[in-house]
Amino acid sequence: MDIIVCVKHVPDVAGAEILIDESGKKIKKGDLPFEINEWDEYAIEEAILIKERLGTGSVTAITIGDEETEATLRRCLAKGADKAIRVHDDAFEDSDAYAIAKILYNAIKDLPFDLVFTGLQTNDEGYGQVGGILSEFLEIPHASLVKKIEITDKLIEVNRELEGGLEEVLELQLPALLTIQTGINEPRYVSIMGIRKAKKKELQVISLNELELTPEEVGISGSWLQIEELSIPKPTKQVVILDDATKIAEVLRARGLI
Amino acid sequence: MSIFVLVEHRQGEIRDITFEMLSKCKEISKTTAVLLGNDVEQFVDPLKGYADTIMVVKDEKLEYFNSRTYQMVLSHLINENKPLLTLIGHTSYGIDLAPGLARQMYGGKVDAKATLKKSDSYLITIRPASFESTEPESKDSEVINIESPLKEELIGKRFIKYVEPEISDVDITASDILVSIGRGIKEDKNIPVIEELATVLGATISCSRPIVDKGWLDKGRQVGTSGKTVKPKLYLALGISGAFQHAAGMKDSELVIAINKDANAPIFNVSDFGIVDDLFKVVPELTQKINEMKGT
Repeated sequence: MDIIVCVKHVPDVAGAEILIDESGKKIKKGDLPFEINEWDEYAIEEAILIKERLGTGSVTAITIGDEETEATLRRCLAKGADKAIRVHDDAFEDSDAYAIAKILYNAIKDLPFDLVFTGLQTNDEGYGQVGGILSEFLEIPHASLVKKIEITDKLIEVNRELEGGLEEVLELQLPALLTIQTGINEPRYVSIMGIRKAKKKELQVISLNELELTPEEVGISGSWLQIEELSIPKPTKQVVILDDATKIAEVLRARGLI
Repeated sequence: MSIFVLVEHRQGEIRDITFEMLSKCKEISKTTAVLLGNDVEQFVDPLKGYADTIMVVKDEKLEYFNSRTYQMVLSHLINENKPLLTLIGHTSYGIDLAPGLARQMYGGKVDAKATLKKSDSYLITIRPASFESTEPESKDSEVINIESPLKEELIGKRFIKYVEPEISDVDITASDILVSIGRGIKEDKNIPVIEELATVLGATISCSRPIVDKGWLDKGRQVGTSGKTVKPKLYLALGISGAFQHAAGMKDSELVIAINKDANAPIFNVSDFGIVDDLFKVVPELTQKINEMKGT
């Protein structure tokens, strides 16, 4: 089984104050640490687990981005992916999910694959659309929010997570695209041995003109959606910040909760 | 101008998101509720008054939600009727159907305003609990039955069954006080510290998604859209960042107190009181303080 996993190198905003830049349309990413998108970590793990289970096949990690994003690809290789592809061109800047899916489609359409994985969404922009649109470009069935995968020859059974703890089981024909939900597995740690092995693995870099795409088909001109303005969400409640535990205890006593 | 709103239903019930979207749309425009399914007659009456028109497509092949069949029927209806806008819930169904325009960015720390290029028709997904549903003033709606455009069985994707959630040993929705933990707890060996606080408060322990993903607590204790919706007298959020999926499950609690090291964590946007500090410092102090108070 050949599996392609689309991954993204994203800023880690946990614990950070987010600042919006002068344009009002982007966040300041300068000081933020970057890492693999949380959902993608589960997606790459699931692909590697399937390969290990079947004892055959390949796992290819692909990302769109500049040289810095190779850190995320190297992480995937160190975990056990066989090959990595980085697609980059300055013309990709400001691409929406539709344009991103188009770029990914052009990069993978001639590769052999039985399954394509993406994370359910990214923890930066979070539209959760690339997987669904990519499956349309590839003309293959897809399922999102996947929590379990069982493979039987040309068919797979997947569990999708619905609301309130309910799941549904679907049967899909291969090839298929799945967007992976967190908790589907326990992502492994990267081992020293893995990092050493990863250095010898192939990391291919592809640019726009190798993709049969024109600059007009990507970036803002190739997108449907354009960000007008970013803002920090307004609180629905006005929080009162207390100094210490004693103050909380007093609030609880005043409300009759102690 | 007319707006299409896709009616979301499952296991014989219309989902709340449907009424939230329809209530919002009525303020803006003429609205058509698009109802797809097999035994759909039961849903027509509850929808009356929420939309100017209820458009019904009845077909055995629409018995269960399937993004492939739904997509085929919806695109047919949109092409025939050219609504300027179609709204779909940003739910497990909507995410599968309409790789949509959700606005959740950077873990709930940023909101985005976006524009779309000129087009004949637009599609937007609406996050659950973004709008309030209101009761309709009258019960008037025109009902139109449309013949299903689905001719043969679609292959490639087939519904097999639902898997009901496992019965949990606790019912967090029945508890007056919830002490809820999130990623900030760091390791499962830190849970006993939280249990001590829960004991003195007479509280039940609940959690956010990452704790269940890691297998530290069972799914029955998860608060949020993919877990339970809770409304306790006190919700104590410890090390929970408060992404919208979590907030949707606890925002109607009577009193919310959050403890988080990150002053910018979105949980503070839905809290009454907060402490910006290390929970491992605050929690033992709080346990001790409550014990002292109880002693007096």
